[in-house]
Amino acid sequence: MVKYVEVPVGPQHPALHEPIMLRVRLDGEVVEGVDIVTGYNHRGVEKLGEKNSWVRDIYIFSRICGICNAVHAQTYTQGVEKLMGVEPPLRAKYIRTIVMELERIHSHMLINAVMAEAIGFDTLFMLIMRDRERVMHLKEIVTGQRVHADIHMIGGVKRDLRPETAEKVLRVLDYIEARLRYYKKVFEEDYTIRKRLEGVGKISKQEALKHSLVGPVLRASGVPSDVRVDDPYSAYDELKPNIVVRHEGDSLARMLLRWDEALESVRLIRDAIKNMPKGNPVPKAIKRAAGKGEVFSRVEAPRGELIYHIVSTGGPKPYRVKVRTPSFNNIVNSGFAYIGERLADVPVILTSFDPCISCTERVLVVDEKRGLRKWVPFMALSRGEIRVT
Amino acid sequence: MRNKLIRYSPWLVHFNTGACNGCDIEVLAAITPLFDPERMGVKLAPNPRHGDILIVTGAVTKKAGERLKRLYDQMPSPKAVVAVGACAISGGVFAGSYPLVSGADKVIPVDVYVPGCPPRPEAIIDGILKAIKKLEEGGGSD
Repeated sequence: MVKYVEVPVGPQHPALHEPIMLRVRLDGEVVEGVDIVTGYNHRGVEKLGEKNSWVRDIYIFSRICGICNAVHAQTYTQGVEKLMGVEPPLRAKYIRTIVMELERIHSHMLINAVMAEAIGFDTLFMLIMRDRERVMHLKEIVTGQRVHADIHMIGGVKRDLRPETAEKVLRVLDYIEARLRYYKKVFEEDYTIRKRLEGVGKISKQEALKHSLVGPVLRASGVPSDVRVDDPYSAYDELKPNIVVRHEGDSLARMLLRWDEALESVRLIRDAIKNMPKGNPVPKAIKRAAGKGEVFSRVEAPRGELIYHIVSTGGPKPYRVKVRTPSFNNIVNSGFAYIGERLADVPVILTSFDPCISCTERVLVVDEKRGLRKWVPFMALSRGEIRVT
Repeated sequence: MRNKLIRYSPWLVHFNTGACNGCDIEVLAAITPLFDPERMGVKLAPNPRHGDILIVTGAVTKKAGERLKRLYDQMPSPKAVVAVGACAISGGVFAGSYPLVSGADKVIPVDVYVPGCPPRPEAIIDGILKAIKKLEEGGGSD
C-alpha cells in the first residue's frame, strides 16, 4: 500500500501568479512533508551583472523583482555609492524613501488581496486591488512609471519631486489611509477570514530565529527586527520608523502586521514630504568607474532584509554581485511550517509568507554549487522536509 | 460556429515563465475593477483546458519553457497567444543570459506582442482585444 499521496501544487497556479511548485505529501488530509521545487524563474541575473557596467546594472538588478524594484535599486546603488565615495544629496534620499514606502504600501496591499483570493473571498480581493491602483497612480506621478520606478541613479535620483505632485500625493494618501484602516478592520473582525487564518501555520519565536526567517514573518513571531531601525539608510535615520511587532505567529498575525506596516508607511511618506530639504537631487554627472574594494549593503524590503555584497576589482564593471533576498529565506526555509496542517491550508500558509519567486530563484540556483546548506537549516534537511532540486 | 462560441467569453490563461512580477502585477491590474474586463466575460480560466487566450509574461527560461509548451498543448483550439512585456518578446534586459530561451515565440507560436517594461494595463487589454479579433477572423493558432 502506498503510504503517502503526493499532490503537486503548481507551477502554474497556487493562488499566485508565479511559478513555484510544492510537492505535498499527504496522509489523508494532513500534510506530512513538503518538497519545494523551484528553478522555473532562474534568469542568471548575477552573471548578467558581472557582464554589464555599473550604471546599466541598476536597471538589471531592479528587474530582479517587479514588486520590490526600488529597494533592489536602493541596495545596489547605496553599495556602489559607498564603493565610489559618492554621497547623494539629502533631498534625493528623501525622494528615494518616498518611492520605497509607496512600494511597501502597494506590496502589502497586493499580498493581502492575494490572501483574500486564496481563501475564496473574491470581493475583498477586487476591492483591495481597486484601491491599490491609487497607490500605483501615485508611484507613476512621482517616478514616471507605474511599476519599475528606475528613479535611482548613482549619486541622486532621476527626477525631482515637484510641489504640485507632493500635494497630490498627500491628498491621495488621506484616502489610502482611510481604506487601509478599513481593510485592517475587515481582517480583524471578519468571521470567514479569522476562521481560515487564525492559528494556521503557526511559527514560534524560536522556530523563526532557528530557520533564519526575516521581515514580517519574523516580526509576526515577536522578534523586533527591521533594518530601517537597526541600520538606518537613506532618510530613515531622520524619519525614525516604528517597528511593528505581533506575538501570535500565525497567518492572521502576519497579514495584520502588514496592514499596520502599510499605515506606518503612510506616516513616513507624510513626514518625508513635510520635512523634505531643498536642493537639487539630480546629479549633473554620473561616475562610471569604481576603485578596488568590496561593500556589504542591506535594506528592509517589503518582505524582509535584502542584502547585496558587491566586489570590485576596479574599472567599469563589478567583479561580483551577490544578492540574498528575503523570500529566499522565507520560502526555502519554511518547509517545516506546513507539517501537520491540512491540504487546504497549504496555499494560505504559502501566501502568508508573501512569496516573491522571482526574487528567490536567482539566488537559489547560483548558490546551489556553492553549498546551499549554509542557508537551509541542517535539521530540516536531515529530516527530509526540504529537498531543493 | 466555433468562432462565435468564443466570441462572447474569451477566458485567459496567465503563465509566468520567469518574469520579474512587474508584468504579472500589471496583468492582474488589467483584470481587476479599475478596468474590469470581467463585465465583458474576460477572466482568468481556472484550468488551461478552459482557456482561449494564453498570456505569457517573462523571459522564458529553459525549465519554464517545457511547461509553457505543455500548457499550450493542453489548451483547446482555437487559441491565441499574447506575449506581454519586453522579456516575453525577446528576453528584454535578460537577453543572452545562459538559462534563457529569450522570447516566447521560440517555444510556441505568438499572435500578439505587447511591448513595454512593463506595459500599462490599457496596453495589455488592447493586446487581448487584438487577440480576440484574430480569433474571430479565424486566425490564431490551432
